Amino acid sequence: MSTQKVTTIQSTAVPLNRNNVDTDQIIPARFLKGTTKAGLGEKLFFDWRYLEDGSPNPAFALNSPRFSGSVLVAAHNFGCGSSREHAPWALKDYGFQVILAISFADIFRNNSLKNQLLPIPLPEPVILKLLDDIEANPSLTVTVDLPRQAVQIPNQPEQRFEVDPYRKKCLMEGLDDIGYTLSHLAEIEAYEALQV
Amino acid sequence: MSPKTLYQKIWDAHVVHQAEGFPTILYIDRHLIHEVTSPQAFQGIRDKGLKLRQPNNTFGTVDHSIPTTDRKLPIQDPEAASQISTFEKNCREYGISFFGVDSDQQGIIHVIGPEQGLTLPGMTIVCGDSHTSTHGAFGALAFGIGTSEIEHVFATQCLLQQTSKTMEIRVEGTLSPMVTAKDIILAIIAKIGMGGGTGYVLEYTGSAIRNLSMEGRMTLCNMSIEAGARAGMVAPDEVTFEYLKGKPYAPQGADFDKAVARWKGLCTDTGAKYDTTVVLKAEEIEPMVTYGTNPGMAIGISKAVPKPEEFSNADEKAELEDALGYMALQAGKPIAGTPIDVVFIGSCTNSRIEDLRDAAQMAKGQKVSPTVRALVVPGSYPVKRQAEAEGLDRIFREAGFEWREPGCSMCIAMNGDQIEPGQACASTSNRNFKGRQGKGGRTFLVSPSMAAAAAISGKLVDIRHFGQN
Repeated sequence: MSTQKVTTIQSTAVPLNRNNVDTDQIIPARFLKGTTKAGLGEKLFFDWRYLEDGSPNPAFALNSPRFSGSVLVAAHNFGCGSSREHAPWALKDYGFQVILAISFADIFRNNSLKNQLLPIPLPEPVILKLLDDIEANPSLTVTVDLPRQAVQIPNQPEQRFEVDPYRKKCLMEGLDDIGYTLSHLAEIEAYEALQV
Repeated sequence: MSPKTLYQKIWDAHVVHQAEGFPTILYIDRHLIHEVTSPQAFQGIRDKGLKLRQPNNTFGTVDHSIPTTDRKLPIQDPEAASQISTFEKNCREYGISFFGVDSDQQGIIHVIGPEQGLTLPGMTIVCGDSHTSTHGAFGALAFGIGTSEIEHVFATQCLLQQTSKTMEIRVEGTLSPMVTAKDIILAIIAKIGMGGGTGYVLEYTGSAIRNLSMEGRMTLCNMSIEAGARAGMVAPDEVTFEYLKGKPYAPQGADFDKAVARWKGLCTDTGAKYDTTVVLKAEEIEPMVTYGTNPGMAIGISKAVPKPEEFSNADEKAELEDALGYMALQAGKPIAGTPIDVVFIGSCTNSRIEDLRDAAQMAKGQKVSPTVRALVVPGSYPVKRQAEAEGLDRIFREAGFEWREPGCSMCIAMNGDQIEPGQACASTSNRNFKGRQGKGGRTFLVSPSMAAAAAISGKLVDIRHFGQN
């Protein structure tokens, strides 16, 4: 089964200078009652994005006319909380392709990689400077080069990032995990045969 | 053979395929599912023309969206009704046993798994829900997964996994009266931080852990995810075996004895190394309460709300200021005495019979404060029936608590049970994120006894002195 392929992404970025952005903020639970993945981008960061009267909150970065792009930049422990894959679905549906942060929560990171949304951890000083630089110059363009596992950020040395070789291949070739695991079906059957 | 940790033993026993440069294909013994995170996974295998590999090892229930009001009435929320009927239809189509809306065994997935004996030592257990860590209390490797992974388990009964690091959390000593497993885990998260367990599987050890009941161990392991950990576990012992004996899906008779003999080997060997160890003294833990907007922001009930100037890091300072603003708390003021509008006793963390007994003990002969709305939501129908057999429901009702039907309820506020903007809720659940219990709501995480005492007093109180003045 083939999905979208990820290689190089070049984009301006949206700054979200917060730690511990949890999945209840990314997509509040009241929007989890659907049975499909469609339309979640509209609900992304809903309680931060909209005021009580339903109008866009002008103080929130996603609503600022200054910021746009497919790269989101956050601080520590992005995506903590629940296992809801609705979080990466919402981010992806909104148009984000990359999240740069100091660190990520475990399940969120896994879920993102399965949705061609790249969570890239970068050192704290790099992220903090990037957040400042975007505020000062929203047209700043970030380049994420998956084949070379590198991020180019203006005014900073090139950053290399780790991604496990299997995951990288899946992202670049648009492969999904089920196909890989089923290529080892004989071993699964052998394992099951031993359990009784 | 070199000594192994409990985690390594379970991992090694489930490796199907391992190759350099690839994640391990790990076998999954038990797959638990619920209505919120599974529909897209069912659709995924349907679209790909795949079959469910092991429907007999897959079990489901409806818990997140389901109303906790009279089950005989139709579900009012059309979205919730559709999600629940879609779930039941999917389970029937794929031959999965489930505890549906009409089942007298229905309940929160992490309550019914252990209750039915579906959760057994040494198993790998997954569920599309982060609180799957609960099942680690039995010495199982249990963790939450996303919907893509649910689909993967449906199709292959395996997951692609990387090994985690191991963290021993040793709690030695004797807990003070009125201090519970909930207080231990809140104290642990306050100590290591809500990202402190990221990349780790936690193993809880030490005399204070050994002395916990199975229900206490479940509460403890349940909130491992609130420290960011992949999983939490406790090695099985006589307490575990006693709990499991006679449970519907556990091995029976001679098979049970054989299983126990095998389970006794599920412990960390002497000389095995953890990647890191954290030690807490049980005597130093007091009844805990959260003051902020993440579970790491927790203090003892006798303490004052932290002041921003106590933090040197500018980020932490800003976060604390933001959290105190949201929670309407004043830095430096004692947390006890904070007014409470709503009390929620329930959730996969604290809705089991012992939790209800603790809360009922505080509520007995008392009245809920006229300014408080208080709910008790049992974790499952078996819990509810047990509580009713013991007369706990009468204690709660007479005191003015609402006695509800089982479900996740106000922990996640998807089913209509929610708090209003600005309301303060003393809750036995697991997350105090902004808006978690309803938009604009303020959550104070506490143990069941602390929650019941708050309901009666109309404010947060130190239960060690409750009723003395």
